Amino acid sequence: MGLTWANRMCKKKSGVKIRTERLHLYYGSVHALRDITIEIAANRITALIGPSGCGKSTFLKTLNRMNDLAGNVRITGGVYLDGRDIYAPQIDVAKLRKRVGMVFQQPNPFPMSIYENIAYGPKIHGMRQKGELDRIVEESLRGAAIWDEVKNRLDEPALRLSGGQQQRLCIARALAVQPEVLLMDEPTSALDPASTIKTEELMKKLRTDYTVVVVTHNMQQALRVSDDTLFFLNGELVEAGQTKELFLAPADRRTQDYITGKFG
Amino acid sequence: MRAEVTLRGHMYLKQRKSTFMYKRNCVHAVECAVQIFFTACAFLTIVTVAVITGYLIVNGVPAIWKIGIRDMLFSTVWSPTAKQAQYGILYIVLTSLVGTAMAVMLGVPIALLTAVYLVEIASDKMAAVMKTAVELLSGIPSVVYGMLGLMVLNPLVYRLELRLYRDSVTHQFTGGANLLSAVLVLTLMILPTVTSISESALREVPAELKASSLALGASQMQTIFKVVIPAAKPGIITAVVLGVGRAVGEALAISLVSGGCVNIPLPFYPVRFLTTAIVGEMGYAAGLHRQALFTIGLVLFIFIILVNLTLNHIVRSGDK
Repeated sequence: MGLTWANRMCKKKSGVKIRTERLHLYYGSVHALRDITIEIAANRITALIGPSGCGKSTFLKTLNRMNDLAGNVRITGGVYLDGRDIYAPQIDVAKLRKRVGMVFQQPNPFPMSIYENIAYGPKIHGMRQKGELDRIVEESLRGAAIWDEVKNRLDEPALRLSGGQQQRLCIARALAVQPEVLLMDEPTSALDPASTIKTEELMKKLRTDYTVVVVTHNMQQALRVSDDTLFFLNGELVEAGQTKELFLAPADRRTQDYITGKFG
Repeated sequence: MRAEVTLRGHMYLKQRKSTFMYKRNCVHAVECAVQIFFTACAFLTIVTVAVITGYLIVNGVPAIWKIGIRDMLFSTVWSPTAKQAQYGILYIVLTSLVGTAMAVMLGVPIALLTAVYLVEIASDKMAAVMKTAVELLSGIPSVVYGMLGLMVLNPLVYRLELRLYRDSVTHQFTGGANLLSAVLVLTLMILPTVTSISESALREVPAELKASSLALGASQMQTIFKVVIPAAKPGIITAVVLGVGRAVGEALAISLVSGGCVNIPLPFYPVRFLTTAIVGEMGYAAGLHRQALFTIGLVLFIFIILVNLTLNHIVRSGDK
């Protein structure tokens, strides 16, 4: 299984899924992202690392325009999804977010049944047929590797699941609207080690069908799961590259200091 | 083994020092005095509740025996001062139930939407202004609501009545003093309570829950109605129950606008509530009439207790 993936990864000429160009972001007078120009490859896992407050989560949220929710945010430069500027005025944010899904730090199922949690997204986007919804729910739960654990209790409140199961449910919920990109904001930081491993395995599996961008404060995790890594510091993108190379031979002194634990 | 036994014995002795009322016995005279004083203050509440309960039962039950439970609770004729006095309170009970229900049905949606506006839509400045207004509204004495209802609401309701019953030959015109006016006043009066408690419930909903919904491509309105409000449901139910409590117990304001005849509770009939019956008649009632009013008080008391028990139940099941 692992081998086939590896082969496919080697053979596949990874296209660019997301590109940012001279991206600046200001929270009021705070310059939170400085001049970020980067390409994120399709069907790969890209890890964003850096110390707290370095802008990695902020950068992640620019990719599905979740920053729009905070007041007084100003953005200059461009973010392009498949070559189209997602900050262009004619962009429908709801449609954008359907294509770019997100999983948050705290597992946060909606206060409804497991089934309804997954069906929520498709229903929002107009899906009404019961049979089709059933199919999507099963497929999404399978995709998030939690189907076997919940298939007999779909009508139970999702909040009864364990923390790790809740997080995989949230991933399934994000998958249910059939996104192309999955953004994950420290998805395992609230989980126990066993659940973390499960979630990481899932992430590796997901890259076959999705482009995954994950923020992590855990460098071991970045090393374990990601193909590419971006290192942020004080709102700047210090270094980007294939994870193995970046960790093995960082080009920048600050990257080296961070990954060897000198600060952060 | 022996050490353990002595240790247990020691703990037993220590525990005995704490009694039902005190955590530990006092040592100094001053501390004793203060402790007793605090205890007395605390007991004032319990004693008050006990006395009220006892008093209402002692004074409210005899009338039931004398009149008969059927003739009282299930008869509709209330004519305590007639020669053939009758003490049927069914319409009075129904008026309180229907009036409260209507006020809650009208008031809760308005209050909930106000709370949603305050939490999700209004700018911080606007929300602060509105919150002050809501708090002021809850501080206005009920008699003022009644006066305003009398001066402003009654004429308006009368106009509506005139228009609706223009061609009716049987309708007795109320001049606006009717159930509808009372319901509208009650609606206004429960707004502040329901709004502010729903508001805090909505504020408790984690930001990430909202963000998750938005991140799935849901609009703000879809998020509010499908995720935020369901997540705040226990708090909102608490708000509703407190609103019910306020509406059931209100007397003064509605006694000014409700007309005051014992009638089947329909919008354009003058009606008498449990509370307004007591307020209106206690001054002159004597004998069995007076005792019957205490029975009404007892019924009201039971309603309030039920409301509070419901509330406690909700709060407790919410904790789980």
